[in-house]
Amino acid sequence: MKNHVLPHQRTKILPTIVLLVGALYCLVPVAWVIVASTKSSAELFSTFTFAPGTGLLDNLRDLFAFGDGRFLVWAGNSALYAVAGSAASTLISTLAGYAMAKYDFRGRTVLFYAILAGVLVPGMTLAIPQYLIMSETNLVGGYWSVLLPTLISPFGIYLARVYALSSVPDATLEAARIDGAGEYRIFGSIGLPMMLPGMVTIFMLHFVGTWNNFLLPYIMLSDESKFPITVGLYTLLAKGSSEPALYSLAVVGAAVSVIPLIALLLFLQRFWRLDLLSGGLKG
Amino acid sequence: MTEPIGARRGSRAPYLFVAPAVVLFVAFLAVPIGYAVYLSVRGLRLTGAGIFGTRQEVFVGLDNYARTLTDPEFWAGFGRLALYGLIGVPLTLGLALLFALLLDYAGARGRRFSRTAIFLPYAIPGVTASLLWGFMYLPSTSPFSYLTRELGLGEIPFLTGDGIYPALANVAVWGGVGFNMIIIFTSLRGIPSELSDAARIDGASEWRIAWHVKIPLVAPALVLTGLFALIGTLQVYGEPTTLAPMTTEISQTWVPLMHIYRDAFIRDDLPLASAASVILAVGTLIVSVVLLKVTQKRAFGGMS
Repeated sequence: MKNHVLPHQRTKILPTIVLLVGALYCLVPVAWVIVASTKSSAELFSTFTFAPGTGLLDNLRDLFAFGDGRFLVWAGNSALYAVAGSAASTLISTLAGYAMAKYDFRGRTVLFYAILAGVLVPGMTLAIPQYLIMSETNLVGGYWSVLLPTLISPFGIYLARVYALSSVPDATLEAARIDGAGEYRIFGSIGLPMMLPGMVTIFMLHFVGTWNNFLLPYIMLSDESKFPITVGLYTLLAKGSSEPALYSLAVVGAAVSVIPLIALLLFLQRFWRLDLLSGGLKG
Repeated sequence: MTEPIGARRGSRAPYLFVAPAVVLFVAFLAVPIGYAVYLSVRGLRLTGAGIFGTRQEVFVGLDNYARTLTDPEFWAGFGRLALYGLIGVPLTLGLALLFALLLDYAGARGRRFSRTAIFLPYAIPGVTASLLWGFMYLPSTSPFSYLTRELGLGEIPFLTGDGIYPALANVAVWGGVGFNMIIIFTSLRGIPSELSDAARIDGASEWRIAWHVKIPLVAPALVLTGLFALIGTLQVYGEPTTLAPMTTEISQTWVPLMHIYRDAFIRDDLPLASAASVILAVGTLIVSVVLLKVTQKRAFGGMS
């Protein structure tokens, strides 16, 4: 059967074109920013928009020299918020999701509905109240003010619960109990390893979410040396209307910050288990 | 679904497992909501008379809610949000479904490449995406306006007048299609191929198979993506804020979250901003619950 092409497998022109137009649509802005990053400030507004310029090296030098290497500091902050925040959040979500899926304990139902409400009322609408709490506790303006609120991820807990329900068999846990293993050991040596693929997905969803976060750090931080890239680029752009040289910096900064993300995405694509998301719907 | 069995009675393990999540949930979700509700019924009022009067924070009841709900600019923000969402959400979901079906269709070529390319914008922050598209819209750097100028048609008004709605919605569509496409696509791949094969043997066209077999079976994934698109729309903030320096169309109160931000940080009226935050959060919750009810709880099937 595999040797000859079935009628529905023959190449069709229209579907192929539609798909490729979609791909083109998604790639054009990325291609533009990479081309634009080679232009000097003057060329940016004067030459044809997709014509390469002559200023790439100058632009890169300007970008990294700007504010004594502030751009690299922003990149480092983004990485800190995203990596540390996502690692901690994934672990917290996994623990909670595992317990909610595998134990019957008092308050479990209440907790489930609280988590569900948390999924439906996203953190962004709570940014101002979170700011108020942070300023009451004098944490506002520091790294913790951006990190702490992102550690709790109702959606991550929800996904961890779904994953534990579907991939950690009760029988295995029961067998370990009969063998006399304690609950913590069972989690560490059976539950956790079984949940790893789900944890990778939860981590990556959270990573992209925190890397992309704008409102929370924008509200919490005032010291430029603690900004993540999103807030940093925004400040360049906002000042750019009066100082056009900063437009150029914002463009080069965007190009430089987009490239590693794309590389990361291409590399990590195979580890995504997004069926976890659609699989979670069959309840 | 089996009830979780086992775990010795009275074991403290589950409580310890959920403890970090519960503590953080209380500290960064429950307490802020409670504090916002508390602040929302407070307000600064002049007490005492004449030059000896001082401004003090006092209980003002539902004043802040009344002020927010009767503020035409707050509602206008929701109106703009609705227009933006009406363009963006159906386009995002429609294109995501279309591309997912094409990725699942053996007759289309370049599927692997297209899947990666369309998913790519997901990795790009909304602020950066707005910056990129902002330059694609700006008359002096826009390749689209360049083309129409060369053709003698003049510039495309992306950033002026009502053009701002499709322009902003496009940023959301661009960033959202890929992720939703992947969710629908993974769901499509979970459909046993016997179903499509059987329909094919009965002589059904690929269109009919997509419409009558595949789409009904991925309905739960569509509900989920629709829900997230809706929630995402209600909390739009970064995109219009980033585009604002490039256009005169986007005011400080263009969408509800921008309105709240201005009240809190530019006007220093935290009680008013708190009341508006509570309204927005409750509104989001109601919209989500209604959507889930309407779609018969296809997503998030409750406990057990």
